[in-house]
Amino acid sequence: MGAEAPLADTRSEAVEPGRELLSFRSAGKIFPDGTEAVRDITLTLRRGEFLSVVGRSGCGKSTLLRMASGLSPETSGKVERPLGNIGFVFQDATLLPWRTVQRNVELLAELDGVRRSERERVAREAINRVGLQGFEKHYPKALSGGMKMRASVARALTTKPPIFLLDEPFGALDEITRGALNEELMRLYVSEQFAAIFITHSISEAVYLSSRVLVMSPRPGRIVAEFDVPFQYPRSPELRFDADFAGIAGDVSQALRQGYE
Amino acid sequence: MTSQAMNTLDPAIELRGRRGQGLPRRLALTLGPPLALFGVFVGLAYLISYVILSPGRRWLFPPPHEIVKNGFLNGRHLHEQLTALWDTAQVSIVGLLIAFAIGVTVALVMSQAKWIERSLYPYAVLVQVTPILAIVPLIATWFGYDFTARVVVCVLIAVFPIITNTLHGLLTVDSELHDLFTLHHAGRIKRLVKLQIPHAVPDVFVGLRVSAGLSVIGAIVGEFFFRQGTPGLGRLLDVYRAYLETDLMMSSLLFCVALGLASFLVVGFAGRQLTKNWYEEGNR
Repeated sequence: MGAEAPLADTRSEAVEPGRELLSFRSAGKIFPDGTEAVRDITLTLRRGEFLSVVGRSGCGKSTLLRMASGLSPETSGKVERPLGNIGFVFQDATLLPWRTVQRNVELLAELDGVRRSERERVAREAINRVGLQGFEKHYPKALSGGMKMRASVARALTTKPPIFLLDEPFGALDEITRGALNEELMRLYVSEQFAAIFITHSISEAVYLSSRVLVMSPRPGRIVAEFDVPFQYPRSPELRFDADFAGIAGDVSQALRQGYE
Repeated sequence: MTSQAMNTLDPAIELRGRRGQGLPRRLALTLGPPLALFGVFVGLAYLISYVILSPGRRWLFPPPHEIVKNGFLNGRHLHEQLTALWDTAQVSIVGLLIAFAIGVTVALVMSQAKWIERSLYPYAVLVQVTPILAIVPLIATWFGYDFTARVVVCVLIAVFPIITNTLHGLLTVDSELHDLFTLHHAGRIKRLVKLQIPHAVPDVFVGLRVSAGLSVIGAIVGEFFFRQGTPGLGRLLDVYRAYLETDLMMSSLLFCVALGLASFLVVGFAGRQLTKNWYEEGNR
């Protein structure tokens, strides 16, 4: 198998297009201290969908993502999760400082018990895919914020997850790096055909990347609006200056403001 | 980092041009101020010997060159002090290694459950607050008056910082990293080996550095009581005291200090070498 063979090959046979991968049915979460984090969330994520969730800090976006991954089980309603792996990308790159890039990217396969030669191969492929070739032997300390994030995405890619959950992954990066990584993520989404839930507080980022945008409002966190974004993938950066794009972004922005009144 | 935006487009840019200042300059900055202060101390010592003390009482505080002449340049005295130094060093190194093994083990056990930590921690504190001199006679009664007893004193005095620092390192792993391990169904052992133990390494060295100095103190304190077996620096000091040889007491004191300092520096250096690729200087 060549280095460019798609990581997605095992999954594309198994799942038909448009199949439901993940669903929330009136799911809610009340923390042990009595705080109601989210209430009555109903949503489905289908194969090939890129779903963004926007909302201010503290509106329950991250809780929603943790519920989707099973890290934080729902206390009411039902969340149906896939059995296989879920790719989780955190806001911080969460790399292990004592491991090189190569060994960091191997981590998840290692935890899953994949044998050494296989996980080395998978990690090398993922590193190439995010454009970090040549940095395999570097420690995270020597990488910039953007490069760390790429390594983090590469690590998630190694498990070939049908679903990616991204919790404000580029929130800590500067605007230019962020833009470049948006392009990269879009490219990966198109080539790997995973479904994604992407948490962000940037409206423009949400509209640019997503096929659907959900707007959340706080206390308790709930979904107050939903927008389809009809533009074809792959999208070019110029799309951000398109009038239709601005129209949708404006609608999302208005829904966000209304959610707070 | 000023060029972060560019890094993504050409990651190599970042890695260039990040050299520290020249080594000579760094050395001068590190060693200069304490050396200057050392000069002031030597001056003060002469002031005390020659100005404050009358010639008849000068033996109370011999001038620095007398200490050097009798303590370091006299072959017989040098030999007996170096022999004692080696003896004390052996005790403190063995004590430190045992304290390390016990301390890390106890911390690993404590990290496994809150109730274990709660059960053990008060006793760790007890070991720490027990005045070491008060317990030395008992140790002597139990373990005899030789090498073993002296090592036990070192272990008792050195184990606590290793326990607390290691435990801190094991328990302060980023919760998102724990989440990542949870998502991949990692059990206790995998979590410990691949996440918590490597994360605790810098903390273990923080503890070891403190304990290295303590272990030297333990070795010398022990000797004052035991006065049997091969003589270390502690016993030699006691002998010099009996003969009022202040110059040799001072030179032996300097050997004690040198031993403590050497342990501190060696452990610190080992820790830095091990983790230099992991964290930025001064971080973590």
